[in-house]
Amino acid sequence: MPRPALFVAATGALAVALLPLVYLLIRTGEAGLGRIADEVLTRRVAELAGRSIALMVVVTVACTVVGVAAAFLVTRTDLPMRGAFGVLAALPLAVPTYVAGFAWIATVDGFEGFWAAALVLTLCSYPYVYLPVAAALAAADPAQEEVARSLGRGPWRTLTTVTLQQARPAIAGGALLVALYTLSDFGAVSILRTDTFTRAIFTAFNLGFDRTGALVLSTVLVLLTMVLLGLELVSRTRGARYAGGGPRRPATRFHLGRLRIPAVSALVAVGLFALGVPAASLVRWSIAGASRPGTLAEIGAAAGNTLSVSLGGALLTLLLALPVGLLTARAPGPIATLVDRLSYLAHALPGIVIGLSLVFFGIAVAYPLYQTVWLLALGYATLFLPLAVAAVTGAAVQAPPVLDEVARSLGRSPFVVLTSVTLPLMVRGIGAGAALVFLTCVKELPATLLLRPTGMDTLATELWTHTSTASYAAAAPYAALLVGVAAIPTWLLGRRTGLT
Amino acid sequence: MLLPLAFVAVLGTTACGDDLGEPGDKKLTVYSGRSEGLVKPILDRFQQETGIEVEVRYATTAAMATQLLEERDKTPADIFFSQDAGALGAVAKAGLVAELPAEVLAKVPDTYRSAQNLWVGVSGRSRVLAYNKDKVTVDQLPASVLEVTDPEWKGRLGVAPTNGSFQAFVTALRVQHGDAKTKEFLDGLKSNAAKIYENNVQIVADINDGKLDVGLVNHYYVYELAKEKGSTPEDLAAKLHFFPNGDTGALVNVAGVAVLEKAATDPDARALVDFLLGAEAQRHWAEETFEYPLVDGVSPPPGVPTLGEIVAPKIDLNDLDTLDVTTTMIKEAGLAG
Repeated sequence: MPRPALFVAATGALAVALLPLVYLLIRTGEAGLGRIADEVLTRRVAELAGRSIALMVVVTVACTVVGVAAAFLVTRTDLPMRGAFGVLAALPLAVPTYVAGFAWIATVDGFEGFWAAALVLTLCSYPYVYLPVAAALAAADPAQEEVARSLGRGPWRTLTTVTLQQARPAIAGGALLVALYTLSDFGAVSILRTDTFTRAIFTAFNLGFDRTGALVLSTVLVLLTMVLLGLELVSRTRGARYAGGGPRRPATRFHLGRLRIPAVSALVAVGLFALGVPAASLVRWSIAGASRPGTLAEIGAAAGNTLSVSLGGALLTLLLALPVGLLTARAPGPIATLVDRLSYLAHALPGIVIGLSLVFFGIAVAYPLYQTVWLLALGYATLFLPLAVAAVTGAAVQAPPVLDEVARSLGRSPFVVLTSVTLPLMVRGIGAGAALVFLTCVKELPATLLLRPTGMDTLATELWTHTSTASYAAAAPYAALLVGVAAIPTWLLGRRTGLT
Repeated sequence: MLLPLAFVAVLGTTACGDDLGEPGDKKLTVYSGRSEGLVKPILDRFQQETGIEVEVRYATTAAMATQLLEERDKTPADIFFSQDAGALGAVAKAGLVAELPAEVLAKVPDTYRSAQNLWVGVSGRSRVLAYNKDKVTVDQLPASVLEVTDPEWKGRLGVAPTNGSFQAFVTALRVQHGDAKTKEFLDGLKSNAAKIYENNVQIVADINDGKLDVGLVNHYYVYELAKEKGSTPEDLAAKLHFFPNGDTGALVNVAGVAVLEKAATDPDARALVDFLLGAEAQRHWAEETFEYPLVDGVSPPPGVPTLGEIVAPKIDLNDLDTLDVTTTMIKEAGLAG
């Protein structure tokens, strides 16, 4: 693609990602500085910020440990049934935090507060680290490790100084997604009663229908995101990029020996906590409750709607992510870096704020799209663009630019090169990005409630409808289907860890 | 590029245009802050009987009010069906709703409708103390809601401060007892380690499971729980205590409707409001959602005291329009963000 067209397309994508910030700016601007100071500069806000940051740090560290360990076990050791564990370790991503939170609070007495929320968030989001790290470890060039070993480094020092360094960009990227997700999560923290910034934002909407107060609080989340993006950028520029090219050979595998049983037990335990506890809860709901979920046709319609809006959301998000990823890979420099970083800026904002900003956009600018699936898909793109950008950029970086250049020198037009050379080389990464965005769309609730066409139910909205009147038995099939639908792309992602 | 084509194909199948609607076109759009399970059956009946097609948008009352405030005069909604009077007041205050005709308002007692004729209550709910009968005996129950800040209830009480009904109750406290006394009460809840819940459903579930002793909720949640368990309220461990003698703790709030400005002259909108206040719908509130009918001549839900018997506090819901002060006080007491 010619550079100017790439810049224009990437800027367009960025505009979509930054819609919520425009809305925040307009609404907080109306509030005036005095009001902003009143809302933000309070002890309560300081406490909330402290707790949100603490939760983010704990969850990010825990997810990094679990995600990297699981990725290492399935890609670099002689763990039995590696293929099955490779998929199992990815599956918890299909469980929404509101389902997991409900399941845990119903299973364990007194399960609430900071550590409870940290546990549930870790179980639901460690695959954000596991998936890219497993892919990176599977794709990394084993030659570097072999050189280190031949120069006399022991196996564990080689692991920490060479192998993990090779996976560092993947670890940092995954950890960033976990950190931003933790800041934006409402499901787990509300059910497990932990006061975080996002819970306070939802509370402000509920308390006296105070939009302005809620939006002023949201700006603090954007500031926190800026700090995180800066930190990740620092770690990225210092991180090593693994060598591409050359024939792929499998890396030498660690022999677990006596650690076999503990390793298998640990992976099974994570699976039981992340998947078994919610599954058992859903079965209990179905058996204990008297409510019924409605006709098969209604359930089918909700499932169909979930599939089509999530697919639409995923495709639109990918379409917008492509120019951003290509820009980073093919025209690296300060502008590309800036565009890439800015695309993350709204990612820590809670779904209700994104939803409202799209309501604002629909009312003020795109009224014909208002309350149609198009605006909902755009909302998903705004919410999840960074997930797709990360996948596309990874794929674009690995597609050797020299092939583009050869095609160009043979007289192909830039557009033909894009569609016949570059995109086919990136297809796996694009597929992974689409799968990730799709499953995240399936789980999304607050923005879906605000943006869906009137009268259109999805699995997530039906689940919400039934739990809000304590009709848990009616809710259970929707929860199970939701997890099932989200599990399909997750399963594909797990398969893709490079094991086979 | 195939992607955009595929996108069009996928979304084309579910896309539907916006229909702003004309008065009398036999089409209505309702924004409902009430749950689908509670109101869909009665809206379906309305559609069957009148042939007026009703499109309903469901979300929380707060989200719905926020969306209406954001949409202003461009809203597709004709009617706002709200969980509580506070949200109706907020939307009315923003000038988004039309005046209702006197004959509609006259069906409902003064207390349960807007003094400016901007909204009308369609069903009532009483604030109660829900308690676990194995943890609390009848003689231990407090005579006034103000007593729940006494030391004996420390760590045993659940509240949902972000819930509209709780806020209406706090506003009522301010009207009856003044801001100083209310502040004392809220601080008392905090220092008494009241447990903060997201909603009433969870409070009642925890009380029934013995995880919580008492909670301030609306009366009908116990009935919802019994329905889900396939039993009757008599079989539950969670019981209701109606505060006696006109105590603020027995405030009766309403779920109600307002007609958006654009539907001011729409006969379809008027037909729905009339229907919701008609005998069939009023019976539905009593029998299916266990709420109080507000129109004369319909019996209240079985097993709960009638609106006359519970001696509701003498509070006009129109006096509860200083929600912003209430929410600031709830925040300052540290009960919610």
